[in-house]
Amino acid sequence: MKRAQFSSSLLPYLFLAPQLAVIFIFFYWPSAEAIRSSFFLEDPFGFGSTFVGFQNYIDTLTSPEYLGIAAFTALFTVLVTFFSLAAGLLLAVKADKVIRGSSAYKTLLISVYAIAPPVAGLIGMMFFDQHIGPFVRLAALFGWEMKVGLNYWDTTFAMVFVAVWKQIPYNFIFFLSGLQSIPASVLEAAVIDCRNGLRRFWTVLAPLLTPTAFFLLIINFTYALFDTFGVIDVMVKDKAANNPITLTYKVYMDGFRGNDLGGSSAQSVILMVVVLVLTVFQFRFLERRVHYG
Amino acid sequence: MLKKISLAVTAIAFSATTSFAATTNITWWHGMSGKNGEVINEVAKKFNAAQTACAITPVSKGTYEEALAAGIAAFRSGEQPNILQVFDAGAATIINAKGAVIPAEDLILKAGHKFERDAFLDGIRYFYADQSGKFVGMPFNSSAPIMYINTDALKKAGVEAPKTWEDFEAIAPKLKEAGFVPLVQSQLTWEFTENFFSRNNVQFASNNNGYETTEGTTLNVTDPKLEMMFTKLKDWADKGWFGYYGAGWSDNQKVFEENKAALWIGSSGSFGGLQKTAKMPFSADFLPYWGSIQGAGTNSFIGGAALFAMAGKPDAENNCVADFFQFLTSPEIQAYYHKETGYVTVTKAAYELAKKEGWYNEKPVAEVGIKQLMLPSGEWSKGYRLGFYPQIREIMEREYNRIFANETSVKDGLETIKKEGDALLARFAKTAG
Repeated sequence: MKRAQFSSSLLPYLFLAPQLAVIFIFFYWPSAEAIRSSFFLEDPFGFGSTFVGFQNYIDTLTSPEYLGIAAFTALFTVLVTFFSLAAGLLLAVKADKVIRGSSAYKTLLISVYAIAPPVAGLIGMMFFDQHIGPFVRLAALFGWEMKVGLNYWDTTFAMVFVAVWKQIPYNFIFFLSGLQSIPASVLEAAVIDCRNGLRRFWTVLAPLLTPTAFFLLIINFTYALFDTFGVIDVMVKDKAANNPITLTYKVYMDGFRGNDLGGSSAQSVILMVVVLVLTVFQFRFLERRVHYG
Repeated sequence: MLKKISLAVTAIAFSATTSFAATTNITWWHGMSGKNGEVINEVAKKFNAAQTACAITPVSKGTYEEALAAGIAAFRSGEQPNILQVFDAGAATIINAKGAVIPAEDLILKAGHKFERDAFLDGIRYFYADQSGKFVGMPFNSSAPIMYINTDALKKAGVEAPKTWEDFEAIAPKLKEAGFVPLVQSQLTWEFTENFFSRNNVQFASNNNGYETTEGTTLNVTDPKLEMMFTKLKDWADKGWFGYYGAGWSDNQKVFEENKAALWIGSSGSFGGLQKTAKMPFSADFLPYWGSIQGAGTNSFIGGAALFAMAGKPDAENNCVADFFQFLTSPEIQAYYHKETGYVTVTKAAYELAKKEGWYNEKPVAEVGIKQLMLPSGEWSKGYRLGFYPQIREIMEREYNRIFANETSVKDGLETIKKEGDALLARFAKTAG
């Protein structure tokens, strides 16, 4: 492979500078600020701030409410990631086989991705409205009295449903392009060796899709942790009450609505650490199984 | 030629500076939208038309909470607006931050205006004032929790509207038999907790409901009387006398609008919207209280929001803010605002004016909230001042939902609120100290 060389050693840094500046201003600086203020108790207007050491962390991690929200966040992330990956993969495999009108199918499946999260939340909210929601009426036919906004698990169901629905097209696009990049000769050879389509999928297609799947796994994890904020905000209608919320939403509630800067900074630092650990774990242990072809 | 141009430039520059000097611009951040936001723009326009010295620009910052968060962030970077609208539950946050605001009363007196505390309705006077009664915030859009009545439903059941919760228990079976949900409400925190304490004249928090100091303030939510209220509510819910549809305001209001409920506890500010959405005729009355509680039947706390003059602004601008506050509390503007939005008048004179104009013959419901705020005050119906209160409300909402979803008992729920709420109050005391 040819290696490009810069004649001056300063030049590459110069090219990187704008990007680094952006990362510094919008990521490292706020992060450092969050870490700093997580050790203080501060009045919102910035008049007095008292150094409290790790008290904010202790308060957060010993609060049963916070631990409950953390448990829900874990469950929510796993459910959303699993179902949106599974559904995306299934649809991609099926759409890959369609010959007639395939672009129409694909466009229809992808178009959902263009919906902004709050709008998706709004549509979901109407689907699950206690009084007029078609899903609630459907559930009632099966004797399930659905009370989104009052019953914890009903709201969980609705939230996971909307969050998954919103993420399927994204996974679909990547899986589809992953499938299409598999050489036809490999597939044809597989057909000769094995007649069972399902077995062919698991032994040939799935391993060749692992780079895509691994990438999507990380993306979906981050999606479920952070990008579902808009969906949750709309679904709980501004009143979290006993409805399930994720850790990210809790940071927002305590920091922006409750004006507890120290506490919410500590929470966001905890969240940063969690994401860091997860990412390291994914790269160290999962990536080994990825087949890059 | 050159001379001509420079002369022209000087002339333009001069006229520009004079026109700048003539008007002082002030900004007003608020958390209203829709119709209420439009009325705010209209009020600002009226002020700007009425005089030339000051020009006010209102800016909507989204919801109440977003407006407060934006105001705080702006204050920290020295870009605060002149006036910030802060809602009832956020009052302690801004009032306890000494030096963030100039008390409205000081501002108005310093600008050479007169200020009479007595001019305001009793239920409104103390809520945004300090312990000595000095106005810190200027009450602006105020509302009271009142009971809306589906008149047809009551007629059908052959009953009278309740004054007390005992009355309600007597008529609830008949309302249910007539095919209605007897009672719905929209905000358990504001209507059945805070205003349970005010209407029944029960102490809400130690240290004089939190007015005296933030140090060591604790909630009184485990009071047997409040426990009784929620035990009853839960019991009513089980009997089908009370419908609870979660913490969202409109999920609950909708049941009443659709003529499925007989009584709805809403805001005095709701009636404008309700007139458009309700499918049946309705009237209104005071929020019921318990006849069994001694001394009950006092005025309710106000809901809504107040305007705060932010500190760190030049005198000229502060004088304009004072002028604007004067303008805002004039009977004409108050009556206009009251009629357009459904919020109550904050001054007695404005109430008299609206009455004289025959507004209440036309819309009797509009008077209910004002009358409820004008009821005699009790020791515990003046207000409360609790830090991190928006978060405490969130804890209440969570526990109340759990009570009605059978996940916890009333006693345990209230104890959790006290435990977590007291911890927040203690944290707040530390931030203020």
